[in-house]
Amino acid sequence: MSGGESRLGVPKTYKLYVGGAFPRSESGRTYVVRDAAGGFWANAALASRKDVRDAVVAARKGFRSWSRATPYNRGQVVYRIAEMLDGRRSDLVELLVTGGATRAAAVTEVDASVDRLVHHAGWTDKLGAVFGSTNPVSAPYFSYSAPEPTGVVGVLAPTGSPLLGLVSVLAPVLATGNAAVVVAAQPDACVAVTFAEVLATSDVPAGAVNVLTGSVAELAPVLAAHGDVDALDLTGAPADLRADLERAASDTVKRVYVPRGTLDFTAEPGLGRLRAFLETKTVWHPTGALSMSGGGGY
Amino acid sequence: MTAPTTTPTTALSDGWTYAPAPESAAVAAVKDRYLPFVDGTFVEGHGDDAETFNPGTAEVLATVSQSTSADVDTAVAAARRAYEDVWSPMSGAERGRYLFRIARGLAERARELAVLECLDNGKPIRETRDFDVPTAAQHFFYHAGWADKLGHLGLGPSPRSLGVAAQVIPWNFPLLMAAWKIAPALAAGNTVVIKPAETTPLSVLVLAEVMADAGLPPGVVNVVTGAGDVGAALVNHPGVDKVAFTGSTAVGRGIQHSLAGTGRRVTLELGGKGANIVFDDAALDQAVEGIVTGIFFNAGQVCCAGSRLLVQEPVAEELLAKLEARAQTLRVGDPLDKNTDVGAINSPRQKAKIDELVAAGSGEGAHVWRSSCPVPERGWYVSPTILTDVAGSSRVVREEIFGPVLTVETFRTPDEAVAKANNTPYGLSAGVWTEKGSRAMAMAGALRAGVIWDNTFNRFDPAAAFGGFKESGFGREGGPSGMAAYLEEQS
Repeated sequence: MSGGESRLGVPKTYKLYVGGAFPRSESGRTYVVRDAAGGFWANAALASRKDVRDAVVAARKGFRSWSRATPYNRGQVVYRIAEMLDGRRSDLVELLVTGGATRAAAVTEVDASVDRLVHHAGWTDKLGAVFGSTNPVSAPYFSYSAPEPTGVVGVLAPTGSPLLGLVSVLAPVLATGNAAVVVAAQPDACVAVTFAEVLATSDVPAGAVNVLTGSVAELAPVLAAHGDVDALDLTGAPADLRADLERAASDTVKRVYVPRGTLDFTAEPGLGRLRAFLETKTVWHPTGALSMSGGGGY
Repeated sequence: MTAPTTTPTTALSDGWTYAPAPESAAVAAVKDRYLPFVDGTFVEGHGDDAETFNPGTAEVLATVSQSTSADVDTAVAAARRAYEDVWSPMSGAERGRYLFRIARGLAERARELAVLECLDNGKPIRETRDFDVPTAAQHFFYHAGWADKLGHLGLGPSPRSLGVAAQVIPWNFPLLMAAWKIAPALAAGNTVVIKPAETTPLSVLVLAEVMADAGLPPGVVNVVTGAGDVGAALVNHPGVDKVAFTGSTAVGRGIQHSLAGTGRRVTLELGGKGANIVFDDAALDQAVEGIVTGIFFNAGQVCCAGSRLLVQEPVAEELLAKLEARAQTLRVGDPLDKNTDVGAINSPRQKAKIDELVAAGSGEGAHVWRSSCPVPERGWYVSPTILTDVAGSSRVVREEIFGPVLTVETFRTPDEAVAKANNTPYGLSAGVWTEKGSRAMAMAGALRAGVIWDNTFNRFDPAAAFGGFKESGFGREGGPSGMAAYLEEQS
């Protein structure tokens, strides 16, 4: 490079993450993401209602492969996300600082996010032990109840904690074997899309996680009303939208998770988010030929 | 698939006639008039009296004083006082003692309750005597034992009760559904306002007597009476912390809709359209018994009924012939008769719904097989009905019929069986019939339903969680996960 001429950077185009790829919004729309000082930071894709529907289709496909992966494999993949995130810690610290965090707070947030993923990597093969049971039924049957993933979960990521908040809502959904359509917090698009790049390089099956950026008020109602979405995490729902979203969710009897009390993503995560997106399946099987196996009451 | 026509005769019926063996209606000690149970006493409701009928005869059984929304206010206030002053501060061991006493009290009055349930609901005495009442007592006994062990449920060392639980239950298992709802709520330390269905309030009001006799403190359980408007007033009452509903998906959806944004906890146990899947290696005679249990137990008025039979093609004709022959032997009739297999339909409204759907199936091209067992002239009865030549898109395959009506489809491969079984917005139950253990387990994994029965059907136990996937609702009843529906995790 010749002296005196400073190299012009190659800034990233922030796009959506759908079905394992990074498409622009089908609408062609973008919005300006601003840094802490209010200056131009980047253009992000302004996802449309059609993008939500495309993401749900991708998530249903992703759910098939992700929910069928072995628990050990799922744990390794979630751990791999932690590894990849750790490898991009300096990028993410810079992004958090650009968004307004102090450097120390940004480092703490990235560390905590890596730790949260590691924590959930260890959950995948213990859900049955904690949420399941063998059932001592008073009849000649072996009966057990085991947790299974609910399906496609629509996640509204919280504001105010661009990386740790996003990781804290996504990790339990993934660890339990669900697929997610995440609507990132609108001001945090750069962090969310960079985290999507981490996911894309972590062996997460295409579609198991989809990340949309844009207006929560525009996208969330579509997600809440979508017939192929099984559950909603309303952690990041604006207070004035929450009741409407819950009403929309009732049309197909969606499971709706609304956190109680004040949000503190630095606290121990507990079981609530894991429990929220698990179904319990009870299986009965007759025990042996000496019993009245298979017979009914008639 | 062509429906083989059979001439259903059995060795048993040839040359034999059934002698009726009726249980005595007097055992139920039915009173002329029943009152709601609020704050420990039976009090007049402020609504107009309503009649409850004996579905077996279509005659009036008793008059029931009806609650109003003002009575719901009174009941919720009583439950709140009992929660704050008595029940929530009480030790778990002490709460458990009350529940054990209720279980014993139910067992002591089992015969009376079995007859009463039979008269008010229309289901056969054999079912109320052998299933509904003993299982209700077992639910109280099981949950009594949890009351002092809440710290072992995986909800932290001392999980917190929620407060006042509003519970609305259906007419198909009135006493048993009350036990499913009340026992875990009380064991967890909540108090209850419960509303039985307007067509079947009596056994729950006798349960209230049992609870009063057990010394349960006033207000801990309150029973209000009435129809959907009273239920709506109850579940939407601002003084309620938890809502538990069992009933149709349409009403459950409405409850979820009306509670949106309130932060109130909800569990819903809703409708179903369970697949009962028979593979070609199944023990067919056993499968026939299981299919019969699956769809004709309680005349098919069961949310988890195996209402869609899926048969592998090579055995379809043989199985259907066996099934029709077996269904023909079922005695349809007087619920009080100990011989009766299939009793009455609970209400004329429900019978009309079943008849309408069967007619729709016929209109859509289904072949209709019906048992020729004579039914009583009075009362509301539907004979066992089997619909073949049905399309997966037809109403009888899509919609919950809630009656003794089975649809039959065929499949070739396990994948096709799974696809057909899961092709419904419901996800409550499914059955699998095969002698191959690995296939049974693989099917159990692939079916999106809350309860899977391998080589059996319609088995229930308080130790085993019950509840739905998808639009069959959320939350569980029974087992540790059933307790979780009435507790808040405390770390």
